[in-house]
Order: sequence, then C-alpha cells, then structure tokens
Amino acid sequence: MSAIDTGAALPQQKTDYIPVLLPIALALLAFPLVGSFSTWTTLTLAGLAMGMMIFAMASGLTLVFGLMDVMNFGHGAFVAVGAYVAVVAFAPMGALMQSPSLAANLMALIPAMLLAMIVTGVAGYVFERLLVRPVYGQHLKQILITMGGLIVIEQLLYATFGPQLNPLPLPAALRGSIPLGAAAIEKYRLLAVVVGLIVFLALQFTLTRTKLGLLIRAGVENGEMVEALGYRIRRLFIGVFMAGSALAGLGGLMWALYREQAHASIGGEMMVTTFIVIIIGGLGSVGGCFIGSILLALLANYAGFLAPKVALISNIALMVAVLLWRPRGLYPVTSR
Amino acid sequence: MTEALLTLSGVHTHIGRYHILHGVDFDVPRGRTTMLLGRNGAGKTTTLRTIMGLWPASQGSIHFDGARIDKAATPDIATSGVAYVPETMAIFSDLTVKENLVLAARAGAPDERRLEWMFGFFPALRKFWLSRAGTLSGGQKQMLSIARAIVEERKLLLIDEPTKGLAPAIVSALIECLKEIARSGATILLVEQNFRVAQDVGDLVHVMDSGRIVHSGAMADLAADDSLQKRLLGLSLDSHQ
Repeated sequence: MSAIDTGAALPQQKTDYIPVLLPIALALLAFPLVGSFSTWTTLTLAGLAMGMMIFAMASGLTLVFGLMDVMNFGHGAFVAVGAYVAVVAFAPMGALMQSPSLAANLMALIPAMLLAMIVTGVAGYVFERLLVRPVYGQHLKQILITMGGLIVIEQLLYATFGPQLNPLPLPAALRGSIPLGAAAIEKYRLLAVVVGLIVFLALQFTLTRTKLGLLIRAGVENGEMVEALGYRIRRLFIGVFMAGSALAGLGGLMWALYREQAHASIGGEMMVTTFIVIIIGGLGSVGGCFIGSILLALLANYAGFLAPKVALISNIALMVAVLLWRPRGLYPVTSR
Repeated sequence: MTEALLTLSGVHTHIGRYHILHGVDFDVPRGRTTMLLGRNGAGKTTTLRTIMGLWPASQGSIHFDGARIDKAATPDIATSGVAYVPETMAIFSDLTVKENLVLAARAGAPDERRLEWMFGFFPALRKFWLSRAGTLSGGQKQMLSIARAIVEERKLLLIDEPTKGLAPAIVSALIECLKEIARSGATILLVEQNFRVAQDVGDLVHVMDSGRIVHSGAMADLAADDSLQKRLLGLSLDSHQ
C-alpha cells in the first residue's frame, strides 16, 4: 500500500498577539497624557469594568452572528429584560441587599443573575422561534423584524413597569470605593471585572475544550458540513441563541446596577456600542469581542477625561481605525 | 448480483428554478466501488448532495439500507451510516486535525486502532495532529476530508472528486488509499473527472448526462471500449494516461 505523506514542514502558525497588546499599548500611551498615576489607575480600572460589562452584553451577539448569520438588532431587548429582572428580583430581597455583609449581598445578587439569565434565555428561545426562524438567510428582513421585536419588547416593558426610571441601588457592601494608593477603585467595578472574566473564561473553555464548543466553532465555519457529519445545527442554533440572550440579560443586570437604574431604553442605547464591539473584534470571535470591548471602554474613559468632546466620537473613530487596519476585525472568524 | 445498499428511483432535483436532475435511477451495490462519471454540469455533485439531503429531491425515491431517506434530514441520513466528502473538502480550518476527527467520530473519541489504520496511508495526519487544518496543503486537506469520513465505520461513502487540483504524485497515492479503503469492505460512490482514477478504483460505473443516467455497467467494460468512452464522456482513455 502506498502512503500519502506530503509531510513537508507546514508554514509556521503565528499566534497573533498584536490585538492583545493593543489595550496595554493604549493604557501606556494614555499614562503620560493623563499625568497623574492615581487618575490613570482609576480611569483604567473603570474602563476595564465597563469593558467587561459591554463584553457580557456583546459576546452573545457575536456568537449568534458568527454561527447563525443572523443580524439580531433585537439583542438589546434582552439587555433591558435583564435589567428589569433585577428590579423584580431585588424587590423582595431588600434586607439582603441592604446588609453590610458582602456574603448577604451575593446571596441576593447571584440568584438574581441566574434568574436574569434564565428569563432572558427563555425569552431568546421564544424570540428565535417567532421572529428569527422565518427569516434565516434574509438579512434585510432580519434587521427589520428584530428591530421590530426590540420595539415591541421595549413597549411591553414600558406598559408593565411604567415610563419612569426604576431606581436600582447597589448592594450595601458594593457601594463606595477601595483606596489603592492615591487612587480609588469602586467596589462594584471590581465585581464587574470578576464577572466579565468568569464569562470570558467560561466561553473560552466551552469553545476550545468541549465538543459542544468544537461544534459551535465548526458551525460558524461551515454549518452544512456539521449537518453532514450528523449533528443537528438547528438545535445548536437555538442553544447558542438562548445562551447569547442569557448573556445579554446578565450584562443588562450588571449595566443597570452600574447605572443604579433600569429603563426600557437601556438595551436600545447599548445596541450601537455592542455592534461596534463585535465588528471591531471580528464577527463571530469571542476573543476579538473581549479585546474590542476593553479597547472601546478604555478609549472612551481616557477620551472622556482628556477631551470630552472627542469622547463623543471615540467609539466610531476606534471602529474606523481598526477596520482601516484590519477590514475584517481584529480576529476574523467567518468569511461573511 | 450483489444486494443494493443504495437505490435511486426517478429522482428529480430542483435548485431554485433550475431543474437539475431529471429522473435519476441507479443502484449502488454493497461492498463495491461505484463510479459516477459525466461531463461538467451533468449533475454528479447534485446527485451526491441529493442523496445526502442537502438539496432535497422534488420527485422520486431514495432507499438506503432498506429505509427510504429522500425526505429525511441530513443529520439523520448521516447517522444512518452515510459519510460525505464534498468537492470543496469542507474541512474546518479553524480546528486542528485532531479536532476535525473528534467531531467526525460521533460515538466518542476516535478508535485508536482505526486511527492507526488511517495513519498507515495518511501519515501526514499523525504528523500534523495538533496543527490547524487551515495550514495544511491541498493534498493534506483532502486526506483529512477523507479521513473524517472513515474515522468511524460507515455503510456508504459518498466522495466527490477527491483528486481535483492535486498533483499527479498525490493522485497516484490517493488511488492506492481509495483501494485500501475499498478492501476494508466499504461501499463507495465516487464522483470523479479523472478517468484513470475511475478505471483504477471503480468496480461499476454509471455515466450521467444532462441530469440523467445514460449508461450503467462494469467499469472494466467502459475502460475497454474506447468508442463508448468517446460517445459517453467525450474523451479518449489514451489521452488521459
């Protein structure tokens, strides 16, 4: 028997570290401009926390687009639903929330996070069945119908909870700051960093170390071949859509607590930011989305401090700069 | 006559408003290598994709191993024992060689003895086991695509133009590999443009033209009949050797 050994050395697969270095380079570049170490530390940590929350909201969207080729402009609805789940869930847990004990606060916060993820995951299932499934492969219709879905859900939230801002005070132990030298780090932002890192690591672990993750990554690249191997890509679609919605719900809860208020428009307001982040990162790339979120948040914070008017365009400017450099984003995954 | 593992009866396929297959009838006997030949655009790839359920048949029936599959979903057809190697290879380039094969092994981790058997004729896959599939050469990608189809025992292999674009030396070795796979008892339906490959590995042949089967018989008979080749395929075997 003849063996095929075309075993010439493969071109070396270079790990692309440049995007990973960008946030570090940005932080180092900002340091002399900001001048004060304490201010720079505060801005940097605040940016990291904000980036983690944006990542939680955007990571599901990038997976949904990458795997399902669905432009889901209704993703923001799940952010808003997550915020309102926090309002409802925290109402009967006032004592735990007001306790000075961090453990008591977490006993309220963790179940509320899980509830937000369950409610938005189920909402995502209904959304996919009713609105997205009939328009697979039709981008224009997807944009129109998911935008419509966002508006309907926003109006349902207004009808249910009223048009007013719903106050959402932080748990007692997470209010205030921790002094770090001359800088002050808000406690809640530290929690946001921890939650964002957990989400990122869990996603990375799932995508790179489990068969489910392999299926998702393979499905992003060639869904038809995944079916030809005997796997039901539709079920995978629904699962990913639900997971993406659940992550948006978690991000919505975290974002609402960060702003200490919930409002139905919170999701719609975040849509532009989340789309910018997934485009910067490379559609379908979780790692790119993570770096894009941090870059965007850091730049917004530094620009807001150094030149507030520039901060108004920093998101768009960042996207333009990245796309001029890498037209398919920092870590392109799909050929779409 | 060997029992038919796959039977197509009067299969029509439409893609959008185009009518591609016009009543395709043929059998694929168990344990044999059946060639599906024809000029470009004859409907060979469409036939394989219709069997696989990727483009559903609009009329007619397809029976596989005693069960009707023309209305079945692609994953059900795959799990019933059909493996598909598309013309494009469709390897998952972001995944490693190992991960591509892990996905293809639905029953769990790939069987070690079967892997060793495969590595016997695809040693490059062992060598680049942990390399990203996207970095492999064209020939190696084809090896991986075929390996994915045989990493577990399947009842039927549908292979679409495996030699397309490969260097002659690789094609010669690939012929031996296909023969080895056939010797293992596999049933193969192979679409091929290269007549030398068809002649070397095929037991039986069906020739397609304009979405219909226009000739069925033994591969050796077609290989021996130059005028029949010219009439059916518009080629001369001599010019392809």
